[in-house]
Amino acid sequence: MGIEKGIDKWLARRGETSAAPERAVVVNVSRRQFLAGSAGLALGLYLAPLASSAGRLAAEERAEQDDIFAPNAFVRVASDGSVVVVAKHLEMGQGTYTGLATLVADEMDADWRRVSVEGAPADTERYKNLAFGLQGTGGSTAMANSWEQMRQAGATARAMLVAAAAERWGVAADTLSVSEGVVSHAQSGREAGFGELAKAAGERPVPETVSLKAPEDFTLIGKQALPRQDSPAKTDGSAVFTQDMTLPGMLMAVPAHPHRFGATLSSVDDSQALEVPGVVGVVRFAGGNRRFEGVAVLAENTWAASQGRDALKLEWDESKAFDLGSDEIMARYRKLAEQSGTIATQRGDTEAALKESATLIEADYEFPYLAHAAMEPLNCLVKLGEKRCDIWNGEQWQTMDQQAVAELLGIEPQQVSLTQLYAGGSFGRRANPHSDYVLEAVAIAMAAREQGIQAPIKMVWMREDDTQGGHYRPMNFHRGRLALDKEGRLVAWHQRLVGQSIMTGTPMESFMVEDGIDPTSVEGAANLPYDVANLQVELHIPEDIAVPVQWWRSVGHSHTAFSTESLVDEAAAAAGKDPVAFRRALLAEHPRHRGVLELAAEKAGWNKPLAEGGEGERRGRGVAVHESFSSYVAQVAEVTVKGDGSYRVDRVVCAVDCGVAVNPDVIRAQMEGGIGFGLSAAMRGEITLKQGEVQQGNFDDYKVLRIHEMPTIEVHIVPSSKPPTGVGEPGVPPIAPAVANALFSATGQRIRRLPIGKQLES
Amino acid sequence: MVKLTINGSERELEVPENMPLLWALRDVVGFTGTKFGCGKGLCGACTVHLDGQPTRSCITPVSAAKGRPITTIEAIAEDEVGQAVQTAWRELDVVQCGYCQSGQIMSATALLSNNANPSDADVDSAMQGNICRCATYVRIRAAIHNAAGRLAKEVS
Repeated sequence: MGIEKGIDKWLARRGETSAAPERAVVVNVSRRQFLAGSAGLALGLYLAPLASSAGRLAAEERAEQDDIFAPNAFVRVASDGSVVVVAKHLEMGQGTYTGLATLVADEMDADWRRVSVEGAPADTERYKNLAFGLQGTGGSTAMANSWEQMRQAGATARAMLVAAAAERWGVAADTLSVSEGVVSHAQSGREAGFGELAKAAGERPVPETVSLKAPEDFTLIGKQALPRQDSPAKTDGSAVFTQDMTLPGMLMAVPAHPHRFGATLSSVDDSQALEVPGVVGVVRFAGGNRRFEGVAVLAENTWAASQGRDALKLEWDESKAFDLGSDEIMARYRKLAEQSGTIATQRGDTEAALKESATLIEADYEFPYLAHAAMEPLNCLVKLGEKRCDIWNGEQWQTMDQQAVAELLGIEPQQVSLTQLYAGGSFGRRANPHSDYVLEAVAIAMAAREQGIQAPIKMVWMREDDTQGGHYRPMNFHRGRLALDKEGRLVAWHQRLVGQSIMTGTPMESFMVEDGIDPTSVEGAANLPYDVANLQVELHIPEDIAVPVQWWRSVGHSHTAFSTESLVDEAAAAAGKDPVAFRRALLAEHPRHRGVLELAAEKAGWNKPLAEGGEGERRGRGVAVHESFSSYVAQVAEVTVKGDGSYRVDRVVCAVDCGVAVNPDVIRAQMEGGIGFGLSAAMRGEITLKQGEVQQGNFDDYKVLRIHEMPTIEVHIVPSSKPPTGVGEPGVPPIAPAVANALFSATGQRIRRLPIGKQLES
Repeated sequence: MVKLTINGSERELEVPENMPLLWALRDVVGFTGTKFGCGKGLCGACTVHLDGQPTRSCITPVSAAKGRPITTIEAIAEDEVGQAVQTAWRELDVVQCGYCQSGQIMSATALLSNNANPSDADVDSAMQGNICRCATYVRIRAAIHNAAGRLAKEVS
């Protein structure tokens, strides 16, 4: 059975056909007009309800319904009154489906129980991230860029539903009220649900302007326990991730990659692979910029494909491959740090101040490569057609992936559809600036087609492929020099950072990298909040390291927060001051930093002595405060160090200021998860290379945090009326320095190299 | 031909005897709630119940599952404990990306089936084999206690 037939069958089951007639006058951005005008994208849009299982029950209930009112690209109302919110951002765990729906539903006064969410198709014009001008999810921007747009979408829908009721009842619109999906006229006692009004609302003109609610009128925004949209489907196994998506006739593809970056294939012996039962073919696929070339085994199921892949006998030409080890790379970085770098920020005369200092603090910090290691290994489903390519993916980077795929295939971007499925984590990895894994899947499908295999292809990386696939958080070396005057005041701060640039060599380089500074390399350091008269931050970008690097949850802040918050802690200790008081005094101009710092300290009982540990145990408490992505987070960590130097993190108290708390429980969850993710890396996260070869493969040697290592966590949210900012990343940066500072307080030993590992063990 | 009893139904699958149960469930039968995470029994995303015991299906060949009842996430709601665990998971909004949660729920259900009132240490020990990269561990702990309380109430 062909894919078209399969989809027709599925649509028929849903009571839709791919050539659905116009059934309603739909104003503004009409879904059906949109379909008519862009056939290449229709598939993606129509499959979205299947793909997105969020609110699955609601979606099933409404299966026979038509969405008869679609005032804009983000809201649809069916005749049964159910509401669909179209999410332009990828749900990868951060709660954005819930957040976006909250904004729409609140302004609409919809019934939360009747709201479901669908992932948006690739359509830059309609679904671009207003922070980027491109469609994509990242930089903790979802709430910030959608705050007005989604509320307007909801308010527009509400205004049109109210106008329809007013017309029906012959009353003034301003005498009507709306609550939980029902429009009421108090004077006459008349009521009508959204479903009853939807058709008439669709015939109303779209208002040019709508007024948004005053904060005191919010019914869902800020509500404590609004259930997540994706909880039901993610607790009964029905949520559809790329790994779960199937198409009729689909083949699985497991690729073989080189062991060293930059190696090329010299010979392939696939005789044994082809003997594995279920294997259909073996194809050689081309590589590209920061993308492996390799061989993929195509099979009827994943097991056969992976067995076949393991049975390949491949020879690689490694003459031009990258062959340095981590130690050699770090040695080079250390050497580079001897020389002046490109200046990222400068005020005062730092060198002079350092020379005149009463106390000089010098410290070097080392950071390893880190893999994202999301639970769902990378994968991507591709179906090639005649001048068309349909992709199903936990799609995080639509505009650029669409462009890159079109270029590879020699077709137009509009001929590439991208259906956004749930992602089983990403932490940045699925938004690859080189579209690496998406292009690999397409390259495999192209190679298969050349061999006469027309089937849809789902590429699946095994865990080892994912861990060894590069695109890591870059290794970094930071050299810090601080000066205190005789009174213990901080007078100079000098940092030299060395690390590969994430943006260089990507489509974003031209508008991101300026005068040799990649802002994602220095963020969090160049904009140091502490009041110091002489500040200089320099950057070296080594260009001879061929290990592909990428943003990793909190990007540059994942290392700069560690060195800055460790350095300021060293300064406090050198000055003989309390770490909280020392920081607070330097944050006079930064009230939001100070706000979270004070809140975390107060809730942690900073001024009370820490309970003592057991015999032979030393306890300590440490603090860190850091702004990233315009959200402010402070964390106080409490640790216990045993006699043998092993340690555990017992408790973390976290305060966050992210503006209006749209979904307080999602914010708490992101802080908890961010702390766990950051702690995992701080404790033992490390990708190392030996002669260019990645040493880790699976969770036995790339060890990640498990439940017994998770501290208890308290999260406190600063009340705020400022526009909301993100929470996906900002919980990560402070935890590593908070823990390191706590370990110092317990042991007197500074941690200057991550991961912490066994540095305290004798 | 391998005969398996999955969620109470007998199925005959044409798969090699050494195929891990995970891939038979996912790619052959179509029960995709059980997840692939590591392929080596290291992460727990593939956890199912075999004879009621939590089992890593990615390293269990189908030959070892013959004639033994297999329960997957798709049918865990039919189990009283499983249903209480799912309800607790929803009440506390444990999930983030959700990919590991089928396995977490299967492990938690097995724990509570054997130990009606686990301590934090019991939870840590029973759940240590299930990785969550979103680090929802705080809520997993709380949800297990919540489910235990829920079940105790039902009994009394």
